[in-house]
Amino acid sequence: MSVPDKIQKEITLRAPLARVWSAITDSKQFGTWFGCALDGPFLPGKKANGTIQPTKVDAEVAKLQEPHAGTPFEIVVERIEPMSLFAFHWHPYALEPGMSYETEPMTLVTFELREVEPGTTHLKITESGFERVPLERRARAFTENEGGWTHQTHMIEKYVYGAASGQ
Amino acid sequence: MAQRRASSARVLTGSAPVFAALGDETRLQVVSRLCNEGPLSIVRLASNAGVSRQAVTKHLRVLEDAGLVRSSKEGRENVYTLQPRAFVEAKRWLDTISLEWDHTLERLRAFVED
Repeated sequence: MSVPDKIQKEITLRAPLARVWSAITDSKQFGTWFGCALDGPFLPGKKANGTIQPTKVDAEVAKLQEPHAGTPFEIVVERIEPMSLFAFHWHPYALEPGMSYETEPMTLVTFELREVEPGTTHLKITESGFERVPLERRARAFTENEGGWTHQTHMIEKYVYGAASGQ
Repeated sequence: MAQRRASSARVLTGSAPVFAALGDETRLQVVSRLCNEGPLSIVRLASNAGVSRQAVTKHLRVLEDAGLVRSSKEGRENVYTLQPRAFVEAKRWLDTISLEWDHTLERLRAFVED
């Protein structure tokens, strides 16, 4: 009956380390794939304010993000170690319109990069600190997301199917 | 949608953090005993835990505030029962965010690999 308190994801990308590094740490590029618009660069110890904006890399996800467009959003940069580590704080799943998350605890998101071989980059993402987020918020965020499940399942099917047929 | 949000907000009035509630060895022990032995009174819970009744009462309150246990009167005693739903909800919430990360990483892949 234990509850994990962090999320960890690893992915190997067929792209040079420098390319992945700038996609993650250049706030303009970050906004393009993540689906947000940020008001300034990522600097250690500084806050970047932004709004959710539909992603430009996937039309279907963009459609899902459309209802949240304009939702304010903030990232407080914790650490930048060139080509290897980028860490920031944010409010997990802070999508509810009109809801103020300012006083709520933030989680820490860490991106760790490593060159596997030239042109191939390994990325590990860790989100931790969930033990500080109120249960009420977590339960509500889940309720909020129920409508998105059908789409998400569809996304997985599409991804798995695409991978299986060698696309 | 707005209506559902309002009603869910009304139902979910508890605000203590589940993960923090479980971040203590004595409380984990209490949870584990309630899980294995079923509903127990404070006296029973304190008997094998090596802590005072007052301490157990305090820990039970934290667990109760987090929605992890529920108390009911049985005769003169308060009996505590585990509430698995809170555990399940906390887990589902993390699963949701986890799935969200899978999608986020696929977007990153699409961005850097083309």
